[in-house]
Amino acid sequence: MSKAQMQDFYRRMLLIRRFEEACSEWYMRGKIGGFLHLYIGEEACAVGSVSCLGPADYIVSHYREHGHALARGLDPSRLMAELFGRATGTSKGKGGSMHLFDASKGFLGGYAIVGAMLPIACGLGVASREKGEKQVALAFFGDGAVNEGEFHESINLASLWKLPVVFFCENNGFGMGTAIQKTFSGPAIYKLANSYGIPGEQVDGMDVLAVNKATHEAVECARSGGGPSFIEAITYRFRGHSMADPVEYRKKEEETRWRQRDPILHFPKKLKDEGLATADDLQQIEQDVDRVMEEAVRFANESPEPAPEELYTDILAE
Amino acid sequence: MAIITYREAISGALREALQSDPKVFLMGEDIGDYGGSYAVTKGFIKEFGPQRIRDMPIAESVIVGTGIGAAMAGMRPIVELMTINFSLLALDQIVNIASKIHYMSGGQVSVPLVIRTVSGGGNQLAATHSQSLEGWFACLPGLRVAVPATPYDARGLMRTALKDKNPTIFVEHSLLYSLKGEVPDEWYTVPFGKAEVKRPGKDVTIVSYLRMTQVALRAAERLAQEHGIQAEVVDLRTLRPLDVETAVESVKKTNKCVVVEETWRTGGFGAEIVGRIQEAAFDSLDGPVMRVAGKDVPMPYSRKLELTAIPNEDDIIRAVKVPA
Repeated sequence: MSKAQMQDFYRRMLLIRRFEEACSEWYMRGKIGGFLHLYIGEEACAVGSVSCLGPADYIVSHYREHGHALARGLDPSRLMAELFGRATGTSKGKGGSMHLFDASKGFLGGYAIVGAMLPIACGLGVASREKGEKQVALAFFGDGAVNEGEFHESINLASLWKLPVVFFCENNGFGMGTAIQKTFSGPAIYKLANSYGIPGEQVDGMDVLAVNKATHEAVECARSGGGPSFIEAITYRFRGHSMADPVEYRKKEEETRWRQRDPILHFPKKLKDEGLATADDLQQIEQDVDRVMEEAVRFANESPEPAPEELYTDILAE
Repeated sequence: MAIITYREAISGALREALQSDPKVFLMGEDIGDYGGSYAVTKGFIKEFGPQRIRDMPIAESVIVGTGIGAAMAGMRPIVELMTINFSLLALDQIVNIASKIHYMSGGQVSVPLVIRTVSGGGNQLAATHSQSLEGWFACLPGLRVAVPATPYDARGLMRTALKDKNPTIFVEHSLLYSLKGEVPDEWYTVPFGKAEVKRPGKDVTIVSYLRMTQVALRAAERLAQEHGIQAEVVDLRTLRPLDVETAVESVKKTNKCVVVEETWRTGGFGAEIVGRIQEAAFDSLDGPVMRVAGKDVPMPYSRKLELTAIPNEDDIIRAVKVPA
């Protein structure tokens, strides 16, 4: 891993963090509507995994997908405009926070129904195989999705047909406000995949390098015809399920413990300690990110609302 | 002009698509080695191989979802849901995903997917295997819903579905598979959103679709022979897009209208058709638009009870003869 790559990991994680902090602020100020599910704390999962993909690969994700979209390199300004419901947004203001798309980058959607992206990932894998291409589909989902029937239907099919799909479970310990211990009977999520014949492992989701290593192997396996893999990243959501969630169901000590492992604090320190970045490098990254965010918010604020006639466009493909 | 069955018409359209477009492939339960539970894809696996005729696990959500994903990535999948009753297990993928992706992505992503399925009762399969649910899908913006009543329309509509960039629910009826009809040897298509007058008449308009069009045509023959009433039968052919204009035009001529559908009367799609007709042709109507629909009961197994639950010619004749 080169110095530049390591610094890029930090840049991307910081961009996600700052983007979401801005989301929180502008949600409180009434510019962002609907549900807003922040990813704060989980940045290492997105950056560590998405960085393993090639430009032609696919991503499908869940409703907490801002981080995946930014890690994939979607334009922060257009993403923010989408959250503001503006015509310049990635979905022209018709998708919102839970439905981010950028087909040009293979980012084929955030899906707001738990588990819904998993069969779609299988289809992307089938298409890749049918076309004789070596595209890989990376599917993000949370621990809540593993109790959905679609999870089992999908990993069974992916295993059966050796589809080039990487199943990436972000286990943050909670399905909305319910702890996983109350909803999941198994010993570990990744073992479910193993029982379907899919190689899988648990990784530290707060460690961008650990995530990167595991995903890299999974992507290479898929690309070389070895079939699907399963990664369970153990991570933590520093904020509530959504902005409406006061997080009364978890203990302060638990949060504090996890915050000590915050990748945004931890990773730059590591870079400095290991001589991979100077204080100046880190400051430069922070300034760059701040500038990008300032522009994103300005762009979103100044962008027009969709024209009324947009109501009736894009219902059907011509 | 060949006389072929409805089954052969669909089968032929699928075969020509498989032959002409390498992006086309089929997925579903029992479609390969078994040949399809209604034998539509019989022999396909020998002809095209297991890569293009894919037998799937009995897991409807992943059947449809895999079709959606493959379609998004540029393939032309055709998935089969053995019956429309099983579509309920795939409802999320159809309702929340397939019909919405194009809109939610601001037009970036399209889903050129055909979902073939079989609707209706009449085989003594009781309550869970005899439903007519196509009207539910017809409520959804972003979907196409084709409901062919003849071999000619089945082939022509399937060809159109396979050229369309949007998800299409292609609804077949188990009691139509053996129906024979003329299908031209030369290439033709039947456009979506174009109803057809299947039988001209001047006294009353009967609007219907899928198998009920055949029942309406038989009822119209009897109305002519036994009662001297010339009924015009308008076959909708697709529920979405819905061509009400052809029905309205007919009503303006006949001044009477009966809408016939196989599903339950309560909440049936027929109510939508009635509403549109009265909005557009109220001044032409001599009386209320009548509805003939399935009885509001879970489908019984007993043959006699089942026959009572599904609309028949007598029901239509009675509705037509209600004084205006």
